[in-house]
Order: sequence, then C-alpha cells, then structure tokens
Amino acid sequence: MSLSGIFLMLFLIVHLLGNLQLLRDDQGMQFNLYTYFMTHNPLIKLISYSLYFTIILHSIQGIYLAWVNRKAKGSKYAVSTNTSDSFFARYMIHLGLLILAFLLIHMYQFWLQMKLGAVPLVKYPGHEHDFQDLYTPVVEVYSNIGYVVFYTVSMIFIAMHLIHGFHSAFQSLGLNHKKYNGLIRSIGWLYAILIPLGFAILPIYIYLTQA
Amino acid sequence: MKLNLKIWRQKNKESKGAFEKYEVLVNEHMSFLEMLDVLNEQLIDSKKDPVAFDHDCREGICGACSMVINGRPHGPNGGTTTCQLHMRYFKNGDDIVIEPFRARAFPVIKDLVVDRSAFDRIIQAGGFISVNTGQAQDGNAIPVSREQSSKSFDAAACIGCGACVAACPNGSAMLFTAAKISHLGLLPQGKVEHLRRTQDMVKQMDAEGFGFCSNIGACEAECPKEISLENIARMNRALIQASLTSE
Ligand code: SF4
Ligand code: FES
Repeated sequence: MSLSGIFLMLFLIVHLLGNLQLLRDDQGMQFNLYTYFMTHNPLIKLISYSLYFTIILHSIQGIYLAWVNRKAKGSKYAVSTNTSDSFFARYMIHLGLLILAFLLIHMYQFWLQMKLGAVPLVKYPGHEHDFQDLYTPVVEVYSNIGYVVFYTVSMIFIAMHLIHGFHSAFQSLGLNHKKYNGLIRSIGWLYAILIPLGFAILPIYIYLTQA
Repeated sequence: MKLNLKIWRQKNKESKGAFEKYEVLVNEHMSFLEMLDVLNEQLIDSKKDPVAFDHDCREGICGACSMVINGRPHGPNGGTTTCQLHMRYFKNGDDIVIEPFRARAFPVIKDLVVDRSAFDRIIQAGGFISVNTGQAQDGNAIPVSREQSSKSFDAAACIGCGACVAACPNGSAMLFTAAKISHLGLLPQGKVEHLRRTQDMVKQMDAEGFGFCSNIGACEAECPKEISLENIARMNRALIQASLTSE
C-alpha cells in the first residue's frame, strides 16, 4: 500500500508539471509536443505501464484492506467518536473509491480517446509527421462548467486522501522519528494541498479564458 | 448524583444482545467500577441478573477493566483505565452508554466481558526471551544504555488491556503487539531473537483475525498507558528487515 502510494505520489508531480504547459498561450503547441514525447519515448512507455499496474494494485490493495478490516471489526459501537489526529484516515476507502471513479472518467475522456485515435491531428513547422491534438478535447471538456466542477471537487477528494496518505506511507515503512515527524507531516500537508490545487487551477483557468 | 445508564446486555457468546436502561445513585468519589458495583447491588436486591464486567486490580495495572464508555474505551479521560476513572468527571443527570470492546477477535462472552485470549496466544508465539535456567546472572553484567532502557520501559507499560483493538476501526492489534515486541527487542537480552519474534507474533496476530493497520492512530489516542505509534513503526522496520533477510 505504502510503496504503491509513494509511486503514485511521485507520478502526480510529473503529471502536474507536464499539464502546467496547458497554461502557455500557444494554442496548445507545447502541450501537444509534450504529449507526443510522453506517448512515444520507450522509457516513458515502460513507466506508463508500471503506472497502470500500480493504479490497479493500489486499488486492489485498498479494497482488500477495507474488506478484511471491516470483517475484523465486526460490529460497530452505538456511540462513535473520532479521537485520532488523522481525521481522513477513517475515510480512505470511501475517498479512494471516489477517486477511482474520477480516474475512470478522466481516462475515458482523454487517455482512451487518444488510444482510439479519436483526437484531431495537427502539423507543426519543423516536423514531418502529424501530432495528436490533445489540447482541443481538453479545452472542450474544460469549457463545460459541469466538468470544471467535477474536476475541482475530485481534486478536493484527492487532497483529503493525500493528507492521510502521505505521512501514513512513512509510518508503514517504519519511518517514524521524533526529529522528522513534524517535517513529514508539514511536507505532507503542503504536498496534499499544493498538488491538487495545481491540477484544479487548470480546468478553472481554461474555463475562464475560453469564456 | 443520579445517572442514566444504557448498558449492553448479552447472555452469552451466541445470543444477540441489546441495550438496557438503568438509573443509579452514586457519589462523585466512586470509581466507575464502584458505580457498576452499586448498580449490581440494586439488581441483585431486585433479583435480577447483575451486569458482568471484567476487573481485577482496580488500580490501573492489570488491564482487565475493559469497556467502552460513551464511545471511548476506558472512558473520556486520556491515559486512564476504567477502574481509575472517577465519577467526579461526570455530572448529575448524565447519560452514559456502556458497551463491550468490539472486534471479531474479541468475542463478547457476557454483557461487557470479552474474550481476550487472542492476546495470550500472540504472547505465546514469541513474547519471551530464550535463556538457560540456573543461577541468576549479575544484574550489571550486560550494559544497557539509559535511552534504550527508558524506551523499553515505556513499551513495557502496556497492560494488555486491548483498548487499542477496541478503539481501532480496523480491529487491529498492532499497538499491543508492537509494544510487546519493542519492550523485549530494545534490550540486549531480547535483541537476539528480535526479528524472529516479530515475525512469529505478527503471524499469530493475523491468524487471530485482527485487522490491518492503516495508521489511523485511534489506538494511541485511547491507550490508557499512552503507548506510542513509534513502536508500530519499529515493528514495521523489523518486519521489513526480517522479510528481506530471513531464510
Ligand atoms: S497498547 Fe495500550 S491500549 Fe493496547 S493493550 Fe497495551 S495498554 Fe492496552
Ligand atoms: S481493574 Fe486492573 S487495570 Fe482496571
């Protein structure tokens, strides 16, 4: 759980850095060139496959964990309290399933469309071949206020999932030390807020600039 | 003061059980268990079945007094066992809900009493050190650093009460097992078998049907002896090391 989680957290950073190129005012040229690189470089391909695998693994691990733990608890208390200081820890499976649903829709909207070749093509000066114009469907989706809200809310779920997930991964690997715990918690909070915020800015920015 | 109690009553392991309401008059100097004694006197006087609850030392060291009071194992005060909880922390007219510890590995035997023998079996699986019997050794023959002995002692404060399991939404026994593993593994006498002990005790813990740890931290928050999550991290480290190096 922790190792797959850490891999996914590293991926989010790369994914965000790549996507920030959507903010450039060049009709998506930079973004499409980047997309081409990400879909054609053999090393990146290998990483993509590990990523698909990790997403599936992390989901299965999470569902299995929640299932075993529900059985282990048996019945619930009549009066419930939440005294631990990691509030979202109790809702990881719920948040996780919501994020999984988001992921399926998200991948259907962009990843699958590209794989099916349902994305328009463009030519760029200095290049012989065509480029898939992923920028156009992205702008299309983010011009719809419904999707902008959907993406933003999903990012809030991801943030909540990460607030617990970040420091939890360290504890599971046995990294708990008085000297560093504060630092891990703080970096965790920063990461859990900044990364989803960065993602959420994209649909909002595109929606506003397209309107 | 007058209290309105709602207590879980269950005849035996097999029966379903339900809450029943009682009223009791007590004074603020009583402990929580003495309050239950007063209630039981009343019940016996009126020829009713008294409420079964576990207790022994009544001074916070045996770990017997298991119950969940208003949703919290051992009641509202941090670092306190039920027997050390006094009625002055409640007010006249308070409603108090009392339930047994809940976890699949801790089945209810009767009313508030649960079967915690799973903990004994975890200890039997590795909670010991192997030494030859015979003459006792010179106490100072093996040097122990001050830091290690304090940490070991903090872990040894675990009274095996099971509040950690009761508090955990996953019914996990990681804090208890980790406390026992740290207590022995931090000292030179216990270090020798540390990795094997960790594996054996964790294996037994899983076999007993306790849940997996997802680092919620409710155990640490509810532990009457304030055992730290640091012990769980130490156990995780030993587990990783053991899985990489064991044959
Ligand atoms: S770790 Fe704390 S809560 Fe768990 S059994 Fe030991 S003393 Fe009780
Ligand atoms: S009765 Fe022994 S700890 Fe409460």
